Amino acid sequence: MSYLTEGYTLRSWLTTHDHKRIALLYAVAITAFFFVGGAAATMMRLELATPAGDLVSADTYNKLFTIHGVIMVWFFLIPSIPSVLGNFLVPMMIGAKDMAFPRLNLASWYIYVIGGAFTLAALVAGGVDTGWTFYTPYSTMFANGHVVLVIAGVFVVGFSSILTGLNIIVTVHRLRAPGLTWFRLPLFIWANYATSLILILATPVLAMTLTLIALERLAGIGIFNPALGGDPLLFQHLFWFYSHPAVYIMVLPAMGVASEIIPCFARRPVFGYRFMAYAILGIASIGFLVWGHHMFVSGQSLYAGMVFSMLSFLVAIPSAIKVFNWTATLYKGSITFSAPMLYALGFVGLFTIGGLTGLYLASLALDVHLTDTYFVIAHFHYIMVGGSVMAYLGGIHFWWPKISGRMYPEMWGRAAALLLFFGFNLTFFPQYLLGYLGMPRRYHEYAPELQVLNLFSSAGAVVLAAGYLLPLGYLGWSLLYGKRASANPWEATGLEWQTSSPPPQHNFHETPRVERGPYGYDPVR
Amino acid sequence: MLALTGLVALGVFVVMIWFAVRYRRGSRADRSNPPVNNRVLELGWIFAPLAVFIAIFVWAAVVYAGFYRGDPAAMTIYVVGKQWMWSVEHANGRREIDELHLPLGQPVRLVLSSEDVIHSFFVPAFRIKQDAVPGRYTGIRFTPTKAGGYGLHCAEYCGTDHARMGGRVFVMAPAAFARWLEQGNPSPTLAAQGFEVFRRKGCSGCHAANSAVHAPELNGIFGRTVHLADGRTVRADEAYLRDSMLLPKRDVVAGYEPIMPSFQGQLDEGEIAALISYLKSTTGKGS
Amino acid sequence: MATIQFDSAEERRSASLLGMWLFLATEVLFFGPLFFGYLRGRLAVHEAFVSGSHHIHFWLGTANTALLLTSSLTMALAVERAKLGRGVRLMLSLTAALGTAFLCIKAYEYASELGEAASARGGEAMFYFLYFAMTGVHALHLAIGIGLVAWLWLTARRYGERYSMPVEVTGLYWHFVDIVWVFLYPMFYLLERYNA
Repeated sequence: MSYLTEGYTLRSWLTTHDHKRIALLYAVAITAFFFVGGAAATMMRLELATPAGDLVSADTYNKLFTIHGVIMVWFFLIPSIPSVLGNFLVPMMIGAKDMAFPRLNLASWYIYVIGGAFTLAALVAGGVDTGWTFYTPYSTMFANGHVVLVIAGVFVVGFSSILTGLNIIVTVHRLRAPGLTWFRLPLFIWANYATSLILILATPVLAMTLTLIALERLAGIGIFNPALGGDPLLFQHLFWFYSHPAVYIMVLPAMGVASEIIPCFARRPVFGYRFMAYAILGIASIGFLVWGHHMFVSGQSLYAGMVFSMLSFLVAIPSAIKVFNWTATLYKGSITFSAPMLYALGFVGLFTIGGLTGLYLASLALDVHLTDTYFVIAHFHYIMVGGSVMAYLGGIHFWWPKISGRMYPEMWGRAAALLLFFGFNLTFFPQYLLGYLGMPRRYHEYAPELQVLNLFSSAGAVVLAAGYLLPLGYLGWSLLYGKRASANPWEATGLEWQTSSPPPQHNFHETPRVERGPYGYDPVR
Repeated sequence: MLALTGLVALGVFVVMIWFAVRYRRGSRADRSNPPVNNRVLELGWIFAPLAVFIAIFVWAAVVYAGFYRGDPAAMTIYVVGKQWMWSVEHANGRREIDELHLPLGQPVRLVLSSEDVIHSFFVPAFRIKQDAVPGRYTGIRFTPTKAGGYGLHCAEYCGTDHARMGGRVFVMAPAAFARWLEQGNPSPTLAAQGFEVFRRKGCSGCHAANSAVHAPELNGIFGRTVHLADGRTVRADEAYLRDSMLLPKRDVVAGYEPIMPSFQGQLDEGEIAALISYLKSTTGKGS
Repeated sequence: MATIQFDSAEERRSASLLGMWLFLATEVLFFGPLFFGYLRGRLAVHEAFVSGSHHIHFWLGTANTALLLTSSLTMALAVERAKLGRGVRLMLSLTAALGTAFLCIKAYEYASELGEAASARGGEAMFYFLYFAMTGVHALHLAIGIGLVAWLWLTARRYGERYSMPVEVTGLYWHFVDIVWVFLYPMFYLLERYNA
């Protein structure tokens, strides 16, 4: 009996309290949203293949990038690893039978779906053109479209994030197996724990700030309107107070995934475990103090700019530690290049490029030139897509045998990983150059001399689109025809591998006891 | 910077690939005693980047400060963003739309504001960018060093025609610039327009020297230190004068009653800029 | 009851209390932007806030403060009595009644202030906007609190020496809502009252 065979009816899925089934519900929902957001991105890249705004009108283009941003940030990236892999794995990795609050867990999925319904309703009703950042006074007084409806969607989905975060924190605090002390936790747990702290502390600020935008739009008065003595920059401060930590919500869990996969396929313990754990906490806490680096040219004071710039350099230090430690983990290992490992190494490489280009943006004078250009677009796509999405896919492949009880086709997995790596770089590397040359973001037309680079980027987007369809195909195929997986096909050390694949309803037949730290790999054996 | 980050990235990738190849499964590399941590190495790669970061930070911050601090004699030009155009006013009253003419080698200070949403004044060739925010003044300083025409864009998303909001910046030899400035429709200087607004909107009714209303004298106000009723002191700069027109109750001058009505909605950005120019022009003439 | 994940009732209780504390941390940050907006507005248009403050009903606000503080006392007593397993319903009824009285007074205040708020201009309009937004969000929280107390009343039989966790958790929430009002009251009703 596995959790998959507990019930076959739709009802048994939609009313389940099992964290593993809820994780799969999330997986289905976010995959659907990923392809909606991806379709919008494809349309944008097709439009940008030529300098003239010929394929879609300016208004349509503005709606496309808004919906792309809203969906990818709130309906795909933020829930991706915490709600799917985190939901599935956190209880299993700490030897628990379920999350601390299973009903709350199911409720948060329904809340996510309701939020998604609002957003899709706005999309169907004609879309919205504020950009995912909802800057006032554009969003409150000038924008056309269904701003309030989209805000309602984001507001609602925010509570889904908060409840998931709360659940993970309580679970990690209260339900660890006997002997599993804090410094015996896998780094994946540390990462999800830190992410959850950010989720519960940052998301409510966004929820209230967007509510104020909606109220101001409806009532015509509010606290952001300069005519009443209000301040549009206050919105930017509040918005980035959430949205900068949100970047760490997306990338910390990805780091957790990489920290599981790399030791397993290098067959050796992760290098500098304690530093890795401290780095995660360091990123999560300093991450709350750097929001002002989005506002160097907005008119905030000179000294505020300097403080935020310095702090932004500081937050790069723990990220650098992690990159160095992953690299050092390879040293004297015994490395196999299975698909998850390819994704994980791709993650480290792309994250390194994204992180290093972040330093340009943290440097005040350089940021003045580069901010709001394609350089920024390339930078955060390297972090979020090159980083988070690669890690998410790596994690899906790594734990696929555990989740589905089947092996995915290895050659297809490797091919897709390489194709995505290639397509990604082809799409986004030219955008660094475009940004340096001064192409502002959110432009649906541009100067003809920039066309060559834009064409490269658009061609890459086509490769990328094909690359994302591949895993959908072969993973779906493997559900039915894949080779049956053993309990521990990778010979990994985590607790989740000590139970059968797929696991029984309550994960373990008897509660495991933990006697030593994680990553007890030996390269010689 | 590019060289530095390029080197670091290359270094990491080379080491990664080298490890990946050397320690691939089945290779005959030496795997005895793999280290699981190394305090010295780890502290090293914390503090080495930190030192580099601090150096970059200082360098960038000094350049950044230069955008906002500088020559008090810089030529001031008012730039107003509105959906979807840039409107420029020179001190002598010459206006231009979506174009900005500048003299070569002369320090310039742009004072930016917006009639509607947030825009951002971006000249890629000059490496400068500054948001124009409704309800306040922002500014940026630079000195054009090469003659020619350069692209101008709006970099903060502002609606439908965001991508088309832009124009050209022309840097001309000083003599040619002086000639250009005098051409076109002979219009009164910005200060003279401001004096006209000062009378037309009734400012002079209270603020003139011989007025019966007890209101502060404004001749030579610009640049002075003003003592406020609540004990604070402020310097009378553009932002202060602007706030005094639109939010007069916020900074009441010591010794005066808060009787001035707000001119919010009655003055547009062009009129405010003209008034400030007029007030500036009275400095040095005495009262 | 799907509580297979806990080994003991005590583990379940401590998990629930931790969950509520985390939720309250979320709530503090939820109110955060409103407090920041208030701070910014009061610094920018101070005198409009003072004059707005003199227009709303000082005595009704004061009476409401007394009601809500008393309700926190009865809620604390309800938690005590739930552990003893007797008399919990009385205290829950008192708590809910005090909360409802607060909402009724608040509703009367709103009704009588609406006209003035609609005609307010400039900074005063912002004052009213914040007043309605902040007290409104607070009132919504209180209404949810009354709902929770009513649910406790219905299930009162279950609570006793061995199991009183839901009452404790609701108590935490109730006190939080009370504390928010302790901040709102001086911020809106007591501006520069000392020289009035």
